[in-house]
Amino acid sequence: MTGSRGDSPTSAPAVRELEKITIRSDTRDVLAHAAKSARKLTDYFIVDIDAHVTETAFWSDITDRIDNDYLRQAAKSFRERGGSPPGLLNAQPGMSFQDMFGRIPHQQQQAEAVSGEGTHRQVELTRRAMDSMGIDYTVAFPTPMLLLGMHPQAEVEVALGRAFNRWLVEELLPREPRIKAMMYLPFNDPDSCVEVVEEFADEPGVIGFTVVSTRYRPVHHNSYMRLYAALQAAGKPLAFHSGFHWGDESMKQVNRFISMHAISFCYFNMIHLTNWIINGIPERFPKLKVIWVESGLAWLSFMMQRLDSEYMMRTSEAPMLRRRPSEYIQDMYFTSQPLETSNLKLAQATMEAIKADTQLLFASDWPHWDFDLPTTITNLPFLTEQAKRNILGLNAARLFGFEVPRHKLAQVPGPEPALAK
Amino acid sequence: MPEIMVGAASELADGEHRIVAVGELEVGIFRLGDRFVAYENRCPHHGGPVCQGKLFNGVEEIIMPDQTSRGLRFSKERHVVCPWHGYEFNLDTGRHPGDARVRLRPIPVRVADGGIYIETRG
Ligand code: FES
Repeated sequence: MTGSRGDSPTSAPAVRELEKITIRSDTRDVLAHAAKSARKLTDYFIVDIDAHVTETAFWSDITDRIDNDYLRQAAKSFRERGGSPPGLLNAQPGMSFQDMFGRIPHQQQQAEAVSGEGTHRQVELTRRAMDSMGIDYTVAFPTPMLLLGMHPQAEVEVALGRAFNRWLVEELLPREPRIKAMMYLPFNDPDSCVEVVEEFADEPGVIGFTVVSTRYRPVHHNSYMRLYAALQAAGKPLAFHSGFHWGDESMKQVNRFISMHAISFCYFNMIHLTNWIINGIPERFPKLKVIWVESGLAWLSFMMQRLDSEYMMRTSEAPMLRRRPSEYIQDMYFTSQPLETSNLKLAQATMEAIKADTQLLFASDWPHWDFDLPTTITNLPFLTEQAKRNILGLNAARLFGFEVPRHKLAQVPGPEPALAK
Repeated sequence: MPEIMVGAASELADGEHRIVAVGELEVGIFRLGDRFVAYENRCPHHGGPVCQGKLFNGVEEIIMPDQTSRGLRFSKERHVVCPWHGYEFNLDTGRHPGDARVRLRPIPVRVADGGIYIETRG
């Protein structure tokens, strides 16, 4: 970690030299300013619903857990190739521009030293980030596997998804009870998804299941009804974690990563959410809780108004619905990151529309380039103190059944609804 | 305003920067030719350690007289890039190239007798 460079040229006060941030910097140095802010939030219960592991850093550990011997050997064969590419994975490393060509080192690579035996490198990295941000629980999602839904071989998605789940359950979750996970569902193979639910629903630390949204599968297809029934019976929420895919035919029209990234993360969840509602899935599985992850919030005011307007004219095409689409959206959960705040009036209106004080879940997305901090929520001028506490952790505690330490349960007196200023 | 010497001017080569902390105040000091500029190490976006980031030249689009584009290239402007999310700031002005209202807090800096002095708040 950063220390003093030496004696100050004057007697006092001392001048400390701060190091430049590189891929080798300690997470605690990178997030030192966040840690300062977090010291003011020690009585807040904070759950980070979306943080990421870099699974490719442990790719051999994951692919060694592939059931199928043919695919396991196929993945293994890549280790002897130059540069050891992550075998079987369909992400396009040559077009992963998230770090803006070196401008954001922690997105480029977390190459920091992790000393000491007895824990897993990823666990240590995650702990450093959690402690810096003042986070009580974190939910670990993958990184390049977010694109796995676009893999042309469904059996590879099944094999890698299950191997990743096992790696989480065997290597990460037992080592740190503050790390939780929502198991990867190989959604291109509906029957395998049901098997994943049966295998993992009761594993310690498993708090739900994930569909990575970047894919071309209609979520209302009859082949998924067994899965939704199994999830509902297990009482575990379903997350749709969005992502990007520059190879998508529509996205091929945009020539900059910024354009593709801005649209893509909303685009896939827009399609799935529309199918989910218009086909009446919430009416068919009323107890199944759904979380839409990493699309920010701005898309929701559009979706609510657009779907409501068309629904009132074309009700005959959505006969399963008993309410307006926006009312179903108000029953859903959303993660906050990347929170759009350039127009605070719009942000406030959107939060009111989605009933953020009960439905919004804080997410950091660390260590990705567009991460948010808990202060992204506490700095919002229009939220009441209670709404901030709900969004940062108490909503997640209710949804997932986390135990909240007594000193973090502060009930803040304030006008209702909690969002009203 | 109290002033403190943070090192020798000769230690900082042209185009280089260093970051110092004096008590709670963190300051990035940048050498641009013979000039020195200094900014508080606090990004106006979310408070990130902006001066601990890398230096990049700005980027411009090559637009021909007929308004066609020939792609992107580096400009002559020197920027510091916040390592948290990539906000860039022109080192000459301390301002964000996309919105000049977003700016770093300048810290008065001068060189005297070969030493770099910055003002710290009292
Ligand atoms: S805090 Fe500097 S770019 Fe976000």
